[in-house]
Amino acid sequence: MREQQGELPAHDLPVVLTVDGPHGPVVHSANRMARLAGVVEGGRITDMRAFCPEMQVDYADTGAEAAMLARLVFWARRWCPWSATDGARGLILDTTGADHLWGGEAAMLAEIEAQFSILGFSAQLAVAPTLGAAWGLARYGGVRAVCGADEVVQKLAPLGVAALRLDPGTVLLLHRLGLKRVRHLADLPRLSLARRFNRAGPAGNPQVRLDQAMGRLAEPPDWPGEVAQFRVLARLPEPIQDPTHFLAGMCVDLCAGLAAAAQGCRRLRLSVFRTDGEVSHVAVATAQPSRDAVHLQRLFDGKLDRINPGYGFDLIVLEALVVEPLVAVQMRTDGVVDADLMLGQLVDRLSARFGAKAIARPVLRASHIPERAEGRGGVLALAAVPPHLPNRERPIRLLTPPEEVRVLYAVPEGPPVQFIWRRQTQRIIRHAGPERISPEWWHDRPGSRLRDYFKVEVEAGQRFWIYREGLHSDGRGGDPRWFVHGVFA
Amino acid sequence: MSVISLNRSKRAARWTPGADLPATLSEVFAQTPVDGGAVGFVLSQLSRGAAPVLWVQDRLSAKEAGVPYLPGVGRPFLMVHLSRPDEVLVAMEEGLRAGGLAAVVGEVWGAPSCLDFTATRRLVLRAEAMGVTCWLIRRGAAPDLSAARNRWRVASLPSARHADDPLAPGDARWQVDLFRSRFTDPGIWVARYDRAADRVDFTAAVPDRVLAEDARATGGIAGA
Repeated sequence: MREQQGELPAHDLPVVLTVDGPHGPVVHSANRMARLAGVVEGGRITDMRAFCPEMQVDYADTGAEAAMLARLVFWARRWCPWSATDGARGLILDTTGADHLWGGEAAMLAEIEAQFSILGFSAQLAVAPTLGAAWGLARYGGVRAVCGADEVVQKLAPLGVAALRLDPGTVLLLHRLGLKRVRHLADLPRLSLARRFNRAGPAGNPQVRLDQAMGRLAEPPDWPGEVAQFRVLARLPEPIQDPTHFLAGMCVDLCAGLAAAAQGCRRLRLSVFRTDGEVSHVAVATAQPSRDAVHLQRLFDGKLDRINPGYGFDLIVLEALVVEPLVAVQMRTDGVVDADLMLGQLVDRLSARFGAKAIARPVLRASHIPERAEGRGGVLALAAVPPHLPNRERPIRLLTPPEEVRVLYAVPEGPPVQFIWRRQTQRIIRHAGPERISPEWWHDRPGSRLRDYFKVEVEAGQRFWIYREGLHSDGRGGDPRWFVHGVFA
Repeated sequence: MSVISLNRSKRAARWTPGADLPATLSEVFAQTPVDGGAVGFVLSQLSRGAAPVLWVQDRLSAKEAGVPYLPGVGRPFLMVHLSRPDEVLVAMEEGLRAGGLAAVVGEVWGAPSCLDFTATRRLVLRAEAMGVTCWLIRRGAAPDLSAARNRWRVASLPSARHADDPLAPGDARWQVDLFRSRFTDPGIWVARYDRAADRVDFTAAVPDRVLAEDARATGGIAGA
């Protein structure tokens, strides 16, 4: 399939797009009128003006073309689940098992061509059992060529050897050898072809290309993006702006499909296929496999606004991108919903709404450094009791990072008498400590200083956890600094 | 299980903690923004058990007053860090809607416009419908219109005498002021948190000078 930018002022004027070649501008692409006038792609503009003096010439934006093609790849998945780009101006669709949805292959090609023409593209389409045959038929076969499974040989036979995706040098060589049609190549003994071209790559090797086109050599394309196993589509007769009303039914359908396969979904994506050739996505994830339609639908609450509907979309697709086995097991018989399940659903909703980073479960780590004694754990593995709480009393709040204070002290290594924190002077009435916490040499940089922690109570009654970083005589920097690190109850 | 003893006070008879307050929304105003007393009081009032607590904080609360620290809190909780107070309210409501939580605790800094009567009313209805205790900790805010069933004002008091070390701070003491409640009369108490036994003793805060002297002699309001 091949398409060409069609934003033309009028279809009856010859227009060409140029790119700079080594000897002046050359034709990048030409519209139908220009091609009828004799303009060939790759020819120099000065030569082409001789064929067609009245043609309009404009510069081609190859970067925008490539970007548009990359977007169209995903937009083309409205017809089938697999699609990929093919060169600079081609798309490959694997329509295996999808054509009957459109009333047969010929009807599907007509539909595809109609959709592309709405976008302003002219498209040359063909369906064939192999990628190579489809490539050749789209470019050199008839209009919307359809090739059955057993017709590949006879459909390709009359085409020129250029239909085999060979590079121009090889085509020229084959022409000089008198091998102008595919059937000439097919009639040759394999051994002589192989002997002649055995050092060439696929694009220069007619034998390889012929085998690929005939299906004797596999050629799996690289499908970009994620390919979902479970997907539900809603086709709309008219473009709309808001998918909300369709979501509930699609979630039910998707969950029915998941239940039939005993799977639960972990990641879910809602895509809308816009009429202007774009696809917008919204993705959500679950903490544990789920096929609860109500829950899955609720994950999209507040997220559908982020879909950019453009001028409307006429196809909504809900895909389960990641699935995990989920067997229906009755956990209990008393009718009470399992707390873990509800917790998982809560985590799903919170992380769908605020992002996965917003929600965390603190866990205890084996470290004496206070900020390392607490880490982030898996959200769902909520242990009933923390495994090991430290023996010493710890504050209920931790300031991250610790805030530096200015202190007055009677003895340098002793507790302070007062400290100034956030512009307020706090007189210390009582204190406990010090509790010395040494740096972890396997973890800290060399030269890290030890900390002496004090639990202090100030005149107003509040209790703080302050520490002195280092000693006066430890030789690891100047005077020790003091920090407020926590607040006690 | 928290045991709350009543100490020689007729006023305290209005406060009947033995009959637990129903699961609803309670609001706690911290006297000063960094006062740990409000958090300590809320933690002491949560039901003990294996179920986790959902703890939601907005950005300013985390910056100004720190984040809950698991080794000090001593019970499992799920932490949600959010940037705006309206997100805190949404997350709290989601938490109340889900089961399996011991309580939902939210912290909101200041008096944002989204935290109005309607918002607190939503939380009250949700908490009472689902039977989940919900606490809202407010800092840097004056008590304005709210639908919370109980409204507390908590300030740290000098701690009780330490049993072993007279120089060290002992059990935490707070002045808790229940200035509005649907279930009981308002009142002011001095709460003493016994860390070893994990319980709170309430004593009526007495303006009487003699009783105060007595309390200082026995309980020890050092420096008061």
